[in-house]
Amino acid sequence: MLEQYELNKNLAQMLKGGVIMDVSTQEQAKVAEAAGACAVMALERIPADIRVAGGVSRMSDPKMIKKIQETVSIPVMAKARVGHFVEAQILQAIEIDYIDESEVLSPADDVYHIDKTQFKVPFVCGAKDLGEALRRIQEGAAMIRTKGEPGTGNIVQAVRHMRKIQSDIRALTSKSKDELYDAAKQLAVPYHLVQYVAENGKLPVVNFAAGGIATPADAALMMQLGAEGVFVGSGIFKSGNPEKRASAIVQAVTNFKDAKLIAAISEDLGEAMVGINEDEIELLMSERGK
Amino acid sequence: MKIGVLALQGAFIEHINMLNKLNAETVEIRQKSDFTKDLDGIVLPGGESTAMKKLLLDLDLYEPIKQALEAGMPAFGTCAGLILMAKEFEDSTWKHFELLDIKIKRHGFGRQVGSFRVEEDFADIGKIPMVFIRGPYITEVRQGVDVLAKIGDKIVAVRQNNLLGVAFHPELTDNTGVHSYFLNMVKNCCEN
Repeated sequence: MLEQYELNKNLAQMLKGGVIMDVSTQEQAKVAEAAGACAVMALERIPADIRVAGGVSRMSDPKMIKKIQETVSIPVMAKARVGHFVEAQILQAIEIDYIDESEVLSPADDVYHIDKTQFKVPFVCGAKDLGEALRRIQEGAAMIRTKGEPGTGNIVQAVRHMRKIQSDIRALTSKSKDELYDAAKQLAVPYHLVQYVAENGKLPVVNFAAGGIATPADAALMMQLGAEGVFVGSGIFKSGNPEKRASAIVQAVTNFKDAKLIAAISEDLGEAMVGINEDEIELLMSERGK
Repeated sequence: MKIGVLALQGAFIEHINMLNKLNAETVEIRQKSDFTKDLDGIVLPGGESTAMKKLLLDLDLYEPIKQALEAGMPAFGTCAGLILMAKEFEDSTWKHFELLDIKIKRHGFGRQVGSFRVEEDFADIGKIPMVFIRGPYITEVRQGVDVLAKIGDKIVAVRQNNLLGVAFHPELTDNTGVHSYFLNMVKNCCEN
């Protein structure tokens, strides 16, 4: 299993510098791949629509996911509810490339996350701070993303989570060994993970940004804050010109420091998705699963 | 020696670390202005070939790199990088740089559950660890292409003049053998 975990972390390394896009139809999957997505997330309803629909939100129909798998050659991810290990088993059975144990869906377990070490397929999990990130890694996550606040088109929570994770990491790198023991206790995570972060100044797995990214500037902002790639959920297919916006976000992630280039690709993108401000949100998805 | 590493998407930092370990100077190629005349060679890393191809075109890097490779610039492609250089594919009619006279089966070893690590012989180096991540393999090679490594009957590393292509990821291991092999190619090319 240890070797499989290494291979799963390796797959995340291949996704770096890329954009993972939410798609709900084969047509959208084709648009995403043609725009240069490095992977797609197959789900029946994108987060913005999950918010509107309300009610319990679950894993997508396996048939719908399989259709997306047949449509594209890039990796296909799908979401399982937090703690719902049978949904994860189903996704593994249809040979999904990555499972997102996601707070976007209604949690199935309000205490325990999935024991991801029991799976051959890699998992990505959301985190708001270093403690959450390392707890998910200890449970077997091979990739981390910020939780952000999905389906809002508002970047503020993703920024907050990325800044918190990066600042928590920087704090560890300056601690002495005896202080690190206490840090492990405070973060509620095993010492060996704290030690890795302190020595390397980074998470032991790839770290992406997710939640509320709607423009090329949003994507570049997250990259400059230390993300190794981005997820774009509702931001593309809830906008006026998905093809153009998707391709602009892909370019912004590659050249995230080149403001001139980002200025050029930000022109004439059409209507961005309508956002929701933090104080207007009725359901805080990022509070699910700590 | 100055090596450009295509840094549009994928695992390019791993290649940079590997080359720096071998004392080669590296430059990240993220746009046209990074692809300068003084580069002695180029690395095409692993990642997603469709994403890289799209970015190569959007950023006007496709033609300059293709021309440089045609003119003999040494290139080292891993996984998606190998796919970018190949002429033919089993399962599609995609066109990339079309320089290596080989036929490729993309994702030949299956989806992520089929990813694996083995130790196999590589020409002139001996046994090295090979990591395959949703990896392709080579089904046919034409005249002028040397086979450098195989897994069973499947070809996983080739060289044709200035082009070195492998289906696996030497940059994800701590074995610098294949990178040294490439730097030797660059060195011999510069001297000629």
